[in-house]
Amino acid sequence: MSELIWLIPLIPFIGFVVNGLMGNRAPKAITAIIGCGVVLASFVLSLFVYFEVAAARETGASGEIYVHLFDWFTVGKLQVALSFLADPLSAIMLLIITGVGFLIHLYSCSYMAGDAGFGKFFAYLNLFIFFMTILVLGSNYLVMFIGWEGVGLCSYLLIGFWFKNASYASAAKKAFVMNRIGDLGFLIAMFFILETFGSLEYGTVFAEATNMPMGSSTLLVITLLLFVAATGKSAQIPLFTWLPDAMAGPTPVSALIHAATMVTAGIYMVVRSNILFTLSPVTMEVMAVVGLATALLAAFIAITQTDIKKVLAYSTVSQLGYMFLGLGVGAFTGAFFHVLTHAFFKALLFLGAGSVIHAMRDEQDMRQMGGLRKALPITFITMFIGTIAISGIPPFAGFFSKDEILAHAFQHQPVLWVVGLLTALCTAFYMFRLLYLTFFGRFRGTETQKQHLHESPWQMTLPLIVLAALSVVGGFINIPEALGGHHSLAAFLAPIFEAGSMHVDALTLSHSTEYLLMGVSAGGALIMAFVAYNRYVRKETRPTADTDASNGLHKLSYRKLYVDEFYDALVVQPLKKLSVGFYKYVDRLGIDGFVNGIGNFFIGAGKGIRQWQSGYVGFYMMMMVVSVIAILLYAVFSI
Amino acid sequence: MENIVTQIQGVPLNHYLIFCSIMFAIGVTGVLIRRNVIIIMMSIELMLNAVNLLLAAFSAYRGDPTGQVFVFFIMALAAAEVAVGLAIIIMVYRNTKSVDIESLSKLRW
Repeated sequence: MSELIWLIPLIPFIGFVVNGLMGNRAPKAITAIIGCGVVLASFVLSLFVYFEVAAARETGASGEIYVHLFDWFTVGKLQVALSFLADPLSAIMLLIITGVGFLIHLYSCSYMAGDAGFGKFFAYLNLFIFFMTILVLGSNYLVMFIGWEGVGLCSYLLIGFWFKNASYASAAKKAFVMNRIGDLGFLIAMFFILETFGSLEYGTVFAEATNMPMGSSTLLVITLLLFVAATGKSAQIPLFTWLPDAMAGPTPVSALIHAATMVTAGIYMVVRSNILFTLSPVTMEVMAVVGLATALLAAFIAITQTDIKKVLAYSTVSQLGYMFLGLGVGAFTGAFFHVLTHAFFKALLFLGAGSVIHAMRDEQDMRQMGGLRKALPITFITMFIGTIAISGIPPFAGFFSKDEILAHAFQHQPVLWVVGLLTALCTAFYMFRLLYLTFFGRFRGTETQKQHLHESPWQMTLPLIVLAALSVVGGFINIPEALGGHHSLAAFLAPIFEAGSMHVDALTLSHSTEYLLMGVSAGGALIMAFVAYNRYVRKETRPTADTDASNGLHKLSYRKLYVDEFYDALVVQPLKKLSVGFYKYVDRLGIDGFVNGIGNFFIGAGKGIRQWQSGYVGFYMMMMVVSVIAILLYAVFSI
Repeated sequence: MENIVTQIQGVPLNHYLIFCSIMFAIGVTGVLIRRNVIIIMMSIELMLNAVNLLLAAFSAYRGDPTGQVFVFFIMALAAAEVAVGLAIIIMVYRNTKSVDIESLSKLRW
């Protein structure tokens, strides 16, 4: 079985080729079957891989399956092989990507049914699955980089899926440019890794890294650059602004790429290279602080957004910040656990939002919604579950993963925990606000929208139900000891962290402290849910219109802290001015002036010299004679 | 043959030189100042024959027949040249109804 691991990326690629070549010529049913079928096939293969790895782990082996396909190229001391590595980490990532991916493909069959670009959409989605599986399966940094760039491309293509809308197209460009900044970090980090370790293979690099001294400056540079790469892909400060704009893409895309899988690539990369990071404590601190700042900032912005997808987008940024906080304080398992649970409940929430948007005839403004719970019962219940899960109310998935991160943060530095808790409270508030504004109260939309309200077909509700079930039980795979569990996920992933674990403090909090922390965060979340209920259901407060943001703080949040405006003034405008300057002075004056100057010189010279060509034969003869005499005289006198 | 050479040598070489130079100068002047194409052609012939005479004179003085052979070639060539030249002049006349050299300035800028 393990020899066939290369089929996992290959099958979606075939789907991409077939769907891409057929375009819209094939019937939609066939396109949908191919699009979903290839991902399902990959999922089944991933299950086999997972079971094989799990069986190996049962016996105490590390569970690594290394498949060397072929040597890609050899230049000097650089040898790059196209080889795949399936271990506990990538096995779980594969399950997330293909599993959640399949559900979202299924959902798209119905969601995109009326779209003119149906075939193109599935082709892109398949291509995304291909690159994402390459990313997690690669056994060296370069193969990971192929996937890393590829998913960025797919993200660009899918954000700009409705490219005829200029603002969507520019959102796609923004995402691409921001990602490129991060990618540059990845690239330079790879150069450093190659220079330091002489290889890009994980096995070699990590084995060599264990011999490096703690806090080595080389590792510091490498890890900081890798972190820059992660901030681009995983939307952290300062490169997070592309993710909210990425909501221009179709909702399934937001669910799959911009919530569940691609944006977690940065976390996967850090988890994969955990040994490098544990050896550079400065990077860890930077990561924790940046992650926490992102989490808080995004949560703050999410509180006042009125676009249902924007709220979820900022929520994603915030949760990603959480994961980086977890990574920064050394809770690698916790962060990865959060990736897993987040994939379930955030995909669920996005798909639920898509279902709502579908029922509301492409209305995304929550001010136009309200009272949808009767018309969309399944969507309501599943989204309710998703909301509880993300808010961290036990015993749903988000509670366990979030609390593991928070507990580590508390042990590392209580201040981090306080801010993290604050963020968690914001999260609970804005998520319940979203829920109440959408599903409770009176309907605020137009009459035609009211007529149109309907529950979505089974292709859309089935993924919702499955994901809701996963959001409920997803947390149980890693129950902490304090709650009588065994940290099964941590045990499963142990080989990945083996080398780095000696540099990271294990969780040593007493059980009573843990209970206290859990109680505070869960209680806080419940209180915030109640506050939101009081404000949006009982008092029926409505979010104010765009123009009327009551006080400064509210306005600050509504205007997204003016980060976009800041970047615009700091980077975009100077760049534009510089370009205009270059155009005017260097291009027009310098280069054009030079080239045209040469032309003008010869035109002028020609005008002058043609006066000699008078057309009078007598004149020519005269010149001839004069010249002959001149040559003669020269010959005579030069002797 | 001996007789002719002796006769030619009876005149001093300098006389030949001066005479030929004058004849050549007349030819050049004719080419430059006259506007009738036929006269120009005649002036060219004059220049050619001045050179021919000079060649014959040098040949005789040096006792080397090469110069006289040259003269024959030049005469043959001159005949051909005149034939072509007159043909051109006739064509020009047919087109412009004139043998004035200034009428041939169509290719001027």
